[in-house]
Amino acid sequence: MSKKTLFDKVWDAHVVDSIENGPQILYIDKHLIHEVTSPQAFNELKERNIPVFRPNQIVATADHNTPTENQHLPVKDELSRNQLAQLSINCKKNNITLYELGHKYNGIVHVMAPELGFTQPGMTMVCGDSHTSTHGAFGTIAFGIGTSQVAQVFASQCLLLTKPKSLRVTVNGKLKNGVLPKDVILYIISKLGTNSGTGYFCEYAGDVFENMSMEGRMTVCNMSIEMGARGGMIAPDQTTFNYVKGREYAPKGEAFDKKVAYWKTLPTDEGATFDKEYYFDAEDIEPMITYGTNPGMGIKISENIPKQNDPSFKKALEYMNFEAGKTLINKQINYVFIGSCTNSRIEDFRVAAKYIKGKQKADNVTAWLVPGSKQVETQIIEEGLKDIFDAAGFKLRQPGCSACLAMNDDKIPQGEYCVSTSNRNFEGRQGQGSRTILASPLVAAATAVAGKIVDVTKNIETLEFA
Amino acid sequence: MEKFTTLTSRAIPLDIANVDTDQIIPARFLKATDKKGFGDNVFRDWRFNKDGSTNQEFVLNNNVFSGEILVAGDNFGCGSSREHAAWALTGYGFKVIVSSFFADIFKGNALNNGLLPVQVSEEFLAHLISEIKADPNTKLRVDLREQQISIKSSKRFENFKIDPYKKTCMINGYDDIDYLLSKKTEIEAFEKTLN
Repeated sequence: MSKKTLFDKVWDAHVVDSIENGPQILYIDKHLIHEVTSPQAFNELKERNIPVFRPNQIVATADHNTPTENQHLPVKDELSRNQLAQLSINCKKNNITLYELGHKYNGIVHVMAPELGFTQPGMTMVCGDSHTSTHGAFGTIAFGIGTSQVAQVFASQCLLLTKPKSLRVTVNGKLKNGVLPKDVILYIISKLGTNSGTGYFCEYAGDVFENMSMEGRMTVCNMSIEMGARGGMIAPDQTTFNYVKGREYAPKGEAFDKKVAYWKTLPTDEGATFDKEYYFDAEDIEPMITYGTNPGMGIKISENIPKQNDPSFKKALEYMNFEAGKTLINKQINYVFIGSCTNSRIEDFRVAAKYIKGKQKADNVTAWLVPGSKQVETQIIEEGLKDIFDAAGFKLRQPGCSACLAMNDDKIPQGEYCVSTSNRNFEGRQGQGSRTILASPLVAAATAVAGKIVDVTKNIETLEFA
Repeated sequence: MEKFTTLTSRAIPLDIANVDTDQIIPARFLKATDKKGFGDNVFRDWRFNKDGSTNQEFVLNNNVFSGEILVAGDNFGCGSSREHAAWALTGYGFKVIVSSFFADIFKGNALNNGLLPVQVSEEFLAHLISEIKADPNTKLRVDLREQQISIKSSKRFENFKIDPYKKTCMINGYDDIDYLLSKKTEIEAFEKTLN
């Protein structure tokens, strides 16, 4: 029998049919939708008089366009309010369950779906959002799609796709104290570049990922798209099964055990081959920050910005108002954002609270702490983390995508720097003229306390951050 | 979907690599519930200054250049899955985007909207950009059937790849929904095999 990768196994189990010299029909188990990329797809179906084929396989939430304050009040912005209302109408008409604003399970689609047990190993999942790759942390084929494809899945629960090539990134060894999953993925992207994964599905393998929590694995897989890969996957193991077990929509009892037996067959066979392989040592990784306008432009926090003679590189540095060859340590920062589908899970806030406890936010810093879901928000309060944040002068906001893409009012002002735990440092991503520096929740917390970028590795001798 | 077979047009050179979808259409313009009007805001923050005035330095504002073909730097369309990027480009009037590399999701979105992504070699891209800059009246011809892009005056050309299925769709104006709906019986049979 031929050796198969994790990706092959899940993909092959979902192929309905193949077109000669063309794409395959891939069956989609779960379809996640939100307010921004679904309305035109609903319109398309309505215009063509096509019903939604499998409404009970669709999960809807409102996240991109929602305010993170006063969520009990009507949304102020008219266009946002309309878009949210349209989602409610569309879901109601088509019998789709919606976890709307204010619902106890509302949250960022890539935070709430795993939390509720919708995401399970071996599935195919799609969403009109490129960070759908997050769900690959469970050994799931999960990827972002455009709105035309959202309409296709509505109509047929399938997509026409050409099977991507396979790529494996192996990181072995033990991470140093203070090096978090975010640093691992920023490091990988800084080494491989923003288009090394285009046309590929990436598997992350090795000790580092095996020893990582599900939250950490989600952070890593989330940013697969930032190196161009449609998705990233990590083999399901006991950590995965423990996370899924008991969640609201996960299989229960005997059905769960039966699933686990199947999930255990999914990891890549020994001897299976990949189209591309990369290897890194955990010991080489340090806390990371970005200095440019794409996620590949990252350095170790202790390093200087590199020198390059490329026009796009120069344009990026000009936008950021940074100088090649210089350090970013001691750079004053007035905005810090801890949130987004990359880093807004409970573990991220535990890390921030652990660092912040007993310290104070710097006066020059406006810090936005935005949980990924209502459940994370509740957990932050119940675990006493909110008390730590309050005492240090931080304010916890309500869940949503928030300043990651600044569709709502959470915008970084023109020219200001923001150390952000989100996933994209594109020009103007966090507001027109804003300058984003991507980092882990630990680096973000340390920046908020210092009011400037600091070498966090020198500040955590007495604290342990796994 | 609009059909595409051949196009002869002048072209606009956008000599920047890694043009992401947040530049093509910033997130604050994604609040609409239909596909109309995105062309007005394509490359919004490059075309206009924060005070709303026109940024004369940006190539789309340079009257010397025009056309339905955008010739852009490497790794065009990286970033988010927003199909609004494709709608913004077609809304502005582009029918073809030429680059040496396209991000995956953008490429799919373009093809689903009758916007042809033409991937050429880095050398040919550099040549195209320098030709257009030297003579903004340079006309390019894109022939989908022959899978060829050529410079009218110099007759230099390059062939490009496209998925044969997508090529048929573009030439005939078909979209994937029609095809998938024709496979309903197979899809339902497949569902019965799932546990």
